[in-house]
Amino acid sequence: MMEATTFASASFYLGAGLAIGFGAIGAALGEGYTAGQASIALSQKPESAGEVVKNMLVGQAIAESAAIFALVVAIVLLFSQPEVITPLTAWSAIGAGLAMGLSAIGSGLGSGMPGGAACRGIVRQPGNSGRIQTTMLIGSAVAQTPAIFGMVTAFLLIFLDFSSIPTYPGWGAMLGAGLGTGLAAIGSGVGNGFTAEEAVEGIARNPVSGKDTTRLMLIGMSVGQSTTIYGFLVSLLLIFFGFPESFALSDSLKLLAAGLSSGFGGIGPGIGLGIVAAGAVKWVARNQEATGLLTRTMLVGMAVTESTSIYALIVSLLLIVVF
Amino acid sequence: MDISGQDFIQGLAFLGAGIAMGLGAIGPGVGEGFVGGKACEAIGRKPNEAGLLTRTMLVGQAVSESTGIYSLVVALLLLFVV
Repeated sequence: MMEATTFASASFYLGAGLAIGFGAIGAALGEGYTAGQASIALSQKPESAGEVVKNMLVGQAIAESAAIFALVVAIVLLFSQPEVITPLTAWSAIGAGLAMGLSAIGSGLGSGMPGGAACRGIVRQPGNSGRIQTTMLIGSAVAQTPAIFGMVTAFLLIFLDFSSIPTYPGWGAMLGAGLGTGLAAIGSGVGNGFTAEEAVEGIARNPVSGKDTTRLMLIGMSVGQSTTIYGFLVSLLLIFFGFPESFALSDSLKLLAAGLSSGFGGIGPGIGLGIVAAGAVKWVARNQEATGLLTRTMLVGMAVTESTSIYALIVSLLLIVVF
Repeated sequence: MDISGQDFIQGLAFLGAGIAMGLGAIGPGVGEGFVGGKACEAIGRKPNEAGLLTRTMLVGQAVSESTGIYSLVVALLLLFVV
């Protein structure tokens, strides 16, 4: 059996690979989507090339930021190993890489979607390019929030002092913490992207409705973060709860399972919440008088869609607290 | 880490419960979201029919929830009965 410190040092490199490996997926997909929509827009109106390409580049830059977060975490894992390395540090490093990498998938993809709608909208309404771009910037920026949750989790796992936490069952807790936030952030990121895309397209169609559309977009995106927050909550519990030392396999696996439950459990509802909000925002632009009714219906629809992520959260809490 | 028979069984049961509820939430989440989104669009088209459309949305979402309930039941069984 190799020395614990060797294994821990090696895990930092594995974590770095996971962080940037997963993290590069989403941003590239989102930026590709933006560029594809820009091409369609240019084919409709080649004269607006300057404005469209400028918008495309700005939108792509925001989508890139998720991958930049992942790169930062990867570099930190590569080059700054702590002085005190316990066997638990190994699993924290892997958890950190997973937390950052997975969460960047959703945010990268989600931040690229409003850029595409902005490019299409600018050729439709060149006079309103300023407002379209502003809404795109707001939407893309808020869609980065899940990746920020992932980055916070990653930094907690890298920089906290774990010397007082026993390795068993700590390893399950740290791995579960990374997976919990990382996976759950995928759903919210993509969902936010759907919502922001419809908002930008709506404002391009009907600039007069700008205020209502933007407001509903922000409400929808904020509620859409909730599944990531459940995952983050479970991650914080797993990191800070203080589990007594136990060499039983079940005590370690239950913590890993808690992370998996809230993590996977945030993907579907996150995407679904975004789709509900997208539908509502789409029609606020087309039928502004119905804004109040659409807001209410959106919130009811989102509440029901949230239900399975609540079940997953309950299972996670049962695993952490009751067993 | 010493692994005894009963401990191993319970450990994998916990893991199964987490995976069951976790993966089981993906489908209903996206599906119910799709129902809600289309319902909102329909209400935007015809605000007068809001009552009918909201009721239909809730019925549709309730049926989509069913597989999520199956996952929850299996997860709870794995937690409490195994």
